[in-house]
Amino acid sequence: MPNQSILLSMKHITKTFPGVKALDDVSLDVKEREIHALVGENGAGKSTLMKVLSGVYPYGTYDGDIFLEGKRCAFSNIKQSEQAGIVIIHQELALSPYLSIAENMFIGDERARFNIINWDKTREDALKYMERVGLHENPNTPVNKLGVGKQQMVEIAKALAKNAKLLILDEPTSALNEKDSEHLLEILKELRDTSDISSVLISHKLNEVASVADSVTILRDGRTIETLEVKRIPGENASISEDRIIKGMVGREITEMFPKRSNPIGDVLFEVQEWTVYNPDNPEKKKLDDVNIKVRAGEVVGLAGLVGAGRTELAMSVFGRAYGDAISGHTLIDGEEVDISTIPKAISHGVAYVPEDRKELGLVLIQNVKENTTIAKLRKIAKLSVINEHEENVVAEDFCKRLNTKTPTILQTTGNLSGGNQQKVVLSKWLFSDPRVLILDEPTRGIDVGAKHEIYTIINSLAAQGMACILISSEMPEIIGMSDRIYVMSEGRITAELPGRTTTQEEIMRNILNN
Amino acid sequence: MSGLIAILKKNVRQYMMVIALAVAMVAFGILTDGIFFRPVNLTNLVLQNSYVLILAVGMLLCTLTGNVDLSVGSIVCFIGALCGVMMVDLQWNPYVAMLLALLVGALIGMWQGFWIAFVNVPPFIATLAGMLVFRGLGQVIMKGQTKAPFPKEFQLISSGYIPDPFGGLSIGALHFHVFTLLIGLLIVALIIFGEIQKRKKQKKYDFDMLPAGIWLAKVVFIATVLVAFTVVFAVYKGFPNILILLGILVIGYQFVASKTIQGRHIYALGGNRKAAELSGVKVKWVMFWIYTNMAILAAVAAMVFTARLNSATPKAGQNFEMDAIAACYVGGSAVSGGVGSIIGAVVGGLFIGVLNNGMSIIGISTDWQQAIKGFVLLAAVAFDLYSKSRSSKIA
Ligand SMILES: Nc1ncnc2c1ncn2[C@@H]1O[C@H](COP(=O)(O)OP(=O)(O)OP(=O)(O)O)[C@@H](O)[C@H]1O
Ligand SMILES: [Mg+2]
Repeated sequence: MPNQSILLSMKHITKTFPGVKALDDVSLDVKEREIHALVGENGAGKSTLMKVLSGVYPYGTYDGDIFLEGKRCAFSNIKQSEQAGIVIIHQELALSPYLSIAENMFIGDERARFNIINWDKTREDALKYMERVGLHENPNTPVNKLGVGKQQMVEIAKALAKNAKLLILDEPTSALNEKDSEHLLEILKELRDTSDISSVLISHKLNEVASVADSVTILRDGRTIETLEVKRIPGENASISEDRIIKGMVGREITEMFPKRSNPIGDVLFEVQEWTVYNPDNPEKKKLDDVNIKVRAGEVVGLAGLVGAGRTELAMSVFGRAYGDAISGHTLIDGEEVDISTIPKAISHGVAYVPEDRKELGLVLIQNVKENTTIAKLRKIAKLSVINEHEENVVAEDFCKRLNTKTPTILQTTGNLSGGNQQKVVLSKWLFSDPRVLILDEPTRGIDVGAKHEIYTIINSLAAQGMACILISSEMPEIIGMSDRIYVMSEGRITAELPGRTTTQEEIMRNILNN
Repeated sequence: MSGLIAILKKNVRQYMMVIALAVAMVAFGILTDGIFFRPVNLTNLVLQNSYVLILAVGMLLCTLTGNVDLSVGSIVCFIGALCGVMMVDLQWNPYVAMLLALLVGALIGMWQGFWIAFVNVPPFIATLAGMLVFRGLGQVIMKGQTKAPFPKEFQLISSGYIPDPFGGLSIGALHFHVFTLLIGLLIVALIIFGEIQKRKKQKKYDFDMLPAGIWLAKVVFIATVLVAFTVVFAVYKGFPNILILLGILVIGYQFVASKTIQGRHIYALGGNRKAAELSGVKVKWVMFWIYTNMAILAAVAAMVFTARLNSATPKAGQNFEMDAIAACYVGGSAVSGGVGSIIGAVVGGLFIGVLNNGMSIIGISTDWQQAIKGFVLLAAVAFDLYSKSRSSKIA
């Protein structure tokens, strides 16, 4: 593809927040017909750069210039950037759950005459765009009836309906399973080749970046480190190697993604027996059916399965019955039955659950790092209910240091932290609660490689201290690389128990599908 | 300098309200040729607003959870009626009656808290029901009559002044209430001490700090104002009892809200209920106690109000809930919950009280006062949202 002209050029962008220079003289060029990946550690400034581009941070609140097709842009809101052809799809989907696909697609741009919506045209147009993203559904389906993968497609179709020239996707695949992710990436390629739409793809999944990106820009600490170009030769599968990207991102080489663990494994510490749970939305239906699992002290046990297999439900129902109806079964610690039927009881028995959705369930986003760190066991730092502020500060500082959380101070509002650092705060909270059994639900979702590696190291050190860890993850390599043993779940049942590390992805898949 | 601006911006809401309050007071002082600052008027200001401030303290906790309590005005009426029956009709010992009134307040709160916390009735609905129920019951008890007069001991809650064991001090024509002076100075000393401690701590952790000069100016300003008010009260009859009660409540609740586990749990629940629950906060019980506490404070307010009027009437407490809610939001509570402070609510309540009082002295009719209060509420909340959307965009 010689002589591609530049579609978008961002020059010398600098953006500061109180106490943080999020972007420092960053430049980015996106060519026509290309998929441009934007990678970098958590907090590197990727989302901020895209928010600057799309007018979320209006012109005047940052320094530098933006040119689209050679024309200077000064967007003061999202609407203006959309009119210019830049459409951003945030990680948190912005669809209205009870409206249909077609309605969602044309929100704010209704197919109407004299203010009366033309439903036939709405559906017809919707179908047209849905076709382009390979979404074969009835346009009247409410979007909450679709899986995340399909909702993501609705978002893209919606972007197409706005005549996007440049799509910005902020971690679009972090909540998708492998199949949906692949589909999404295929669609991006197709849009590039057939409709001349470029995209900027922010992702922490470097394997997908390596496989689809035409060029990769690496940010670190608010600065552009480099832009790597891929020379794709027809017929050959040239691409940028993952290791090369990682090196640029973290400034060093990570030799072993999954650090080795060599601690001895003790006796059975935590056990769940005959665990049956009914679906609270549909009380006839079993969500979990006679689940039995064991975790030994110092062991990391993986729970593998597809989205919807019931892994999160298992974790949450065990953790103080935070999910589910008509729960029956037994929970044992050190071989003795324990009552962990409420969350406070679970916590005081040393069970901790790091939830999947850190923004909704993990953090109080309007509170600061310190308050979020200590909330689960305040009495540890309180006397007669009065919190010892000094001790609290020390604890919070200490966790920031131990987990290498990047925050200007422990008084920073967690809503202002980048995703990976938010996750570290959630982890701090649960480590502060002195757990013996730690359940981690997708702990590395949306987290950069460097931080992932750090989190794996943390998990290892916890195991080495004799903690029993349960790891739920949709990323097969992670489950395989980190677990001593793997339970495979499918439709609410445990369908297999496999050894960790030596198992292959194919074997896990086979056990999932066999059911 | 830019650091200073950033700090001010971050706390713009707090400073704005205090500044607005100061400006309003000075303005009324000028407009009323100083009548506003006369000891008797300031004493009146406290008496007139005490019950709303007491309610605002409890209401703040409700607004922290993102809710309100609509029933407090009616509870004031109901408890007032009950006090009337016990003290006027039955002539019971006033102290026993007061204790019983508090107890009934607690029961009412538990009743409402039960529906809210354990049956998941939205607080708006549960307390709307309470508003109807207790207004109705209050009127049933009173059978349309007014109950008066109340025993002396009871009236003293609102009309009494703290005693002066030192017997007073005369300098020239002025007679000072010594105990009042002492309490005032003690409080000022405590505040200065607290500020210094806070600053030391800040230094250690290197958080946003006000530049030393400005910090000093702030402390000196607060101290001067407090000393001035103390002197004003001291030359009149000393601190009213009610001011002491109010002071204890405000300091106590501020302490609980900002320094204890319970307070932290309330803020966490208000900020993100699900996350708080998953962190082991007993959200149901927290809700239960917040609404129980609100009704107890409503009972206190009822006694203060009844004692001040020296009568219980069927219309007592009307719209008190609205004044208390307005105080919280003017004082910086976020409608979505999780943000706000007791001090803020009190400043908000005082601001509204000062407006009322000042406008009354100037001779603005109560109808206009009503309308102006409405605009103030709207302006305060709109300003809040505006400054928030400017300073931190969490997209
Ligand atoms: N509204 C805000 N106020 C203050 N600081 C902010 C705000 N938004 C972002 N930041 C800070 O700016 C830096 C860049 O954040 P940004 O969200 O762009 O990172 P990111 O590269 O998208 O990270 P991630 O991969 O974790 O999503 C971080 O240090 C973050 O804490
Ligand atoms: Mg981001």
